[in-house]
Amino acid sequence: MIDNGLPEGWELVVGLEVHVELATKTKLFSGSPNRFGDEPNTNIDPVTLGLPGALPVLNQHAVELAMRIGLALNCTVKPSTFHRKNYFYPDLSKAYQITQYDEPLNVDGFLMLPGGVRIGVERAHMEEDTGKSTHFGGAGGRIHGSDYSLIDFNRAGVPLVEIVSHPDVRTAEQARQYVNELRAILVAVGASDAKMEEGSMRCDANVSVRKYGAELGTRCEIKNVNSVRSLGKAIEYEARRQIDVLETGGTIRQETRHWDETDGRTHTLRAKVDANDYRYFLEPDLVMLAPDAEWVERVRAALPVLPAARRTNLAILTGAEEDSEAIAVVVERGQDTYIEEVKNSGGDAGRALVWVQQSFAEEGNTPRLPAKDLAALTVLERDGKLTATQAKTVLGDMLEAGGGDPAAIAASKGFEALDTSVIEGFVDEGIAAQPDAWAKYCAGEEKAMGALVGTIMKLSKGKADGKVVTAILQQRRNG
Amino acid sequence: MSERLSAADVAKVARMARLNISAADVERYTQQLDGMLDHFADIDNLQLADVQPMTQPFPLVNVLRADVEQPCLDREEVLNAAPAAEQGRFRVPPSGGEDE
Amino acid sequence: MSNFSTATSIAHNVASGAQSAASVVEEHLQRISQREEEVHAFNLVTSAEARERAADLDARIARGENVGPLAGVPIALKDNMCTRGIPTTCSSKILEGWKPPYNATVVDKLFAADAVFVGKTNLDEFAMGSSTENSAFGPTRNPLDTSRVPGGSSGGSAAAVAAGFAAVSLGSDTGGSIRQPAALCGVVGVKPTYGLVSRYGLVAFASSLDQIGPFSHSVADAALLTEVIAGHDPMDSTSIPKPAPSLVSVLGRGVEGMRIGRVADLPEGADADVLARLDAAFIALEKAGATIVDVKLPSLSYALTAYYLIAPAEASSNLARYDGVRYGNRVAANDMNNMYADTRAAGFGDEVKRRIMLGTYALSAGYYDAYYGKALKVRRLISNDFAAAYANADVILTPTSPTVAFPFGAKTDDPLTMYLCDIFTIPTNLAGHPAMSVPFGTGQANMPVGVQILAPTLGEEAMFKVAAVLESAA
Ligand SMILES: [Mg+2]
Ligand SMILES: [Zn+2]
Repeated sequence: MIDNGLPEGWELVVGLEVHVELATKTKLFSGSPNRFGDEPNTNIDPVTLGLPGALPVLNQHAVELAMRIGLALNCTVKPSTFHRKNYFYPDLSKAYQITQYDEPLNVDGFLMLPGGVRIGVERAHMEEDTGKSTHFGGAGGRIHGSDYSLIDFNRAGVPLVEIVSHPDVRTAEQARQYVNELRAILVAVGASDAKMEEGSMRCDANVSVRKYGAELGTRCEIKNVNSVRSLGKAIEYEARRQIDVLETGGTIRQETRHWDETDGRTHTLRAKVDANDYRYFLEPDLVMLAPDAEWVERVRAALPVLPAARRTNLAILTGAEEDSEAIAVVVERGQDTYIEEVKNSGGDAGRALVWVQQSFAEEGNTPRLPAKDLAALTVLERDGKLTATQAKTVLGDMLEAGGGDPAAIAASKGFEALDTSVIEGFVDEGIAAQPDAWAKYCAGEEKAMGALVGTIMKLSKGKADGKVVTAILQQRRNG
Repeated sequence: MSERLSAADVAKVARMARLNISAADVERYTQQLDGMLDHFADIDNLQLADVQPMTQPFPLVNVLRADVEQPCLDREEVLNAAPAAEQGRFRVPPSGGEDE
Repeated sequence: MSNFSTATSIAHNVASGAQSAASVVEEHLQRISQREEEVHAFNLVTSAEARERAADLDARIARGENVGPLAGVPIALKDNMCTRGIPTTCSSKILEGWKPPYNATVVDKLFAADAVFVGKTNLDEFAMGSSTENSAFGPTRNPLDTSRVPGGSSGGSAAAVAAGFAAVSLGSDTGGSIRQPAALCGVVGVKPTYGLVSRYGLVAFASSLDQIGPFSHSVADAALLTEVIAGHDPMDSTSIPKPAPSLVSVLGRGVEGMRIGRVADLPEGADADVLARLDAAFIALEKAGATIVDVKLPSLSYALTAYYLIAPAEASSNLARYDGVRYGNRVAANDMNNMYADTRAAGFGDEVKRRIMLGTYALSAGYYDAYYGKALKVRRLISNDFAAAYANADVILTPTSPTVAFPFGAKTDDPLTMYLCDIFTIPTNLAGHPAMSVPFGTGQANMPVGVQILAPTLGEEAMFKVAAVLESAA
């Protein structure tokens, strides 16, 4: 039984619905720009505003991106249709959302979590986004009790894909992994920038609990989760809330709940007493979308290597653990091919991984620094010609200049790795200067080593290799 | 007249369609719609199990447009035609607690 | 045929310099000033724009420039087609005063053809009705007898042509809204194949049924105007990806050897005077060398039910956008839902509300299968019936309207009575086929009777050939 952090005997069941905005130039059904952050109501056209007489025409690139998502999630791409989902809301310009209903484009896929858990993907369908309401007055911009709202339709009609998982997620950590992995895939296939903070990726969680082996419990849908961290916290909170209700003899009401970041709780948003009747029917202004095998195969053939395979490759190349943070971060930034280049230029891939993870956050997938220069730096380090601290300084200069010969830079700074016999001398001086710390360290207090190393590094004016100092100290204590 | 739908049904439908109609109108519409549904019962006895629904007269597939930007409408012109607008946006009264 | 000039002759005369566009416009504006108050064909007469456009056209002709196929032809547009900067109301209070920021595709095509707009015509609110009595701005009167209705919903467009206010006009036909008023006003009216004419900018009533088409004095004018407005439009996903058909060129070809279908099981309800004219039409065509064949359309009697479930269902969704948020009129209220409900209650007329409610009900949870879902299947049956019939016939002839133009108020008490006006025109829209009404003599009270020619998908050529023969035999 996996540890889900819940009281003994309780199982957590979570399904995730993720909406992603597609990286197209224009809207799903019209030619106004799909662009975040513009002045309100500047990206509008008759279709976006739902003007009388306007008609939708499907964006081919949006379809291709949706197919990329489906194929990357191992879905079957099939003939599909669009429906109207009818409801009144001021940011829904036509009073219906065009969405794929009973015949979605992508069905029956799955996503493998880095740990090897398989999460089924029920469907990944296309639909249009709504505009944006901002509430004014009342209690600080909340919907309830506001005085009025202002509507911006720039986002209306932006193409979305909604990815609906099976309720296969069993822990909050798996939910976090799912969203992280999904985001990595979406970015890798170029379908979306998938930024939760900007709303281009939005995640709802259907949470229920049950005793192991029991029927599925009643679920609540959790909305307004704005980061992967909050997703985990919201699921954990909601699961405990439901268990508390059930253990005190209550029942769970099926409802939509709102995650409140400030108090760390979920709150009832809308009880489904008067269940919404969306009066779905086939959108008569659109025709069937049925990509033929040739089109599907063309899209499949153009898919890049996906993050999971890239992580495996990078782990093999660098010798790092496949599920390590460094591997995940570097693959997510798309810098794994760069590390391959460093290796091909004769560099040390393991050291390159460390530097790229630590210092290349701003560099993107094509760093300014030529791979051969980083290769040269990792060779100096591996051969003991530079300490890690010195290498970091040299790398800083190289990044600033956009390249350079690390040996020459090191020489100009007077860097050379100190001989072990010289370091032994500094160690002697250091122990003499810190007799108490030495005694504690010898008594097995590992923390005391910090003070010793610090003193010794200071005495060597930073030229001693920290790793060598540590090794000598350990050797002396044990010896 | 049969009772195919009640005044309560009509009131509910009017709410769903966002039409504020008086009680007298609900009565009148109930009678009229009930009469229509009576007439429309002529298709109730047709054998339709194996019939494919027809939603469009001229079936086309894959009608697509290129992802190319087109000129936008002028914001001022559009907002001037709106019942209420401010700060470059459409102004509406507060939502009465319902949210999607 | 009336004694007003045809579009064909006006375009010819204007292009050749025999007549100025300005004089043509003045002649029509003068007739408008004489009779519009009585007829009320228009929601808006655009005299200034018409004069300006005509003067501009005359100047271009004087410079020797090429002009379009409708050069100087005064045309009226049903007020449910978007015209940039010119009010488009759908004869509804909810849209009163709204000026669209864009043109419908047909409007751009007419501009490009050098037609001259004289105004926006009255209609049943949002095209829902068969008499134009449902206009929020008052009814249109039949120019041939102003105590009678012009038919609807495109009553204003039919009346504008019949009264000589415009040489031709455009209407929209969802269940007969071009053909029935054409018949009642004694003019030609065409509903083209669904998808032949772009719907972009036509304010939607029922998206899978709506189609724009012409009114005219002559079959040749209808052919000319259909050619101009037809053709593929990338802005309408349901637009047929084919070029516009050639129709004017087929008109003289006769009907020799053609098979004309007579519906053996025609639904009852047509008056004797109307059926007498239909019989006369068959005789005329037989004389011209056609063969009359019996066809069966057993599902035809269910068309009314299918239509009055499908059209309101689509309409309930299409008309949900009139919510007082982005355009049109608003009734102020203290919260969103009251604003919506008060705005829509004040903005929509009785018939529109009735159909929105009927359609909402037909689509709602628990009733979809019994009503809307079933109606879609009946639609298929009707389409299959037509397919079988057209195996034996090139076109089918029926009455257009069961009666001649009726007096005001005759059918306003019970909505169903009014719905029965469309019994012969509705099946075509369900099938998506073309159909047209051609005046063929008169019936009761000396009012005109129209004969309806039905043809299969993209069968406009055969339909126009038959229409031309009937026109010369009338
Ligand atoms: Mg959802
Ligand atoms: Zn969605």
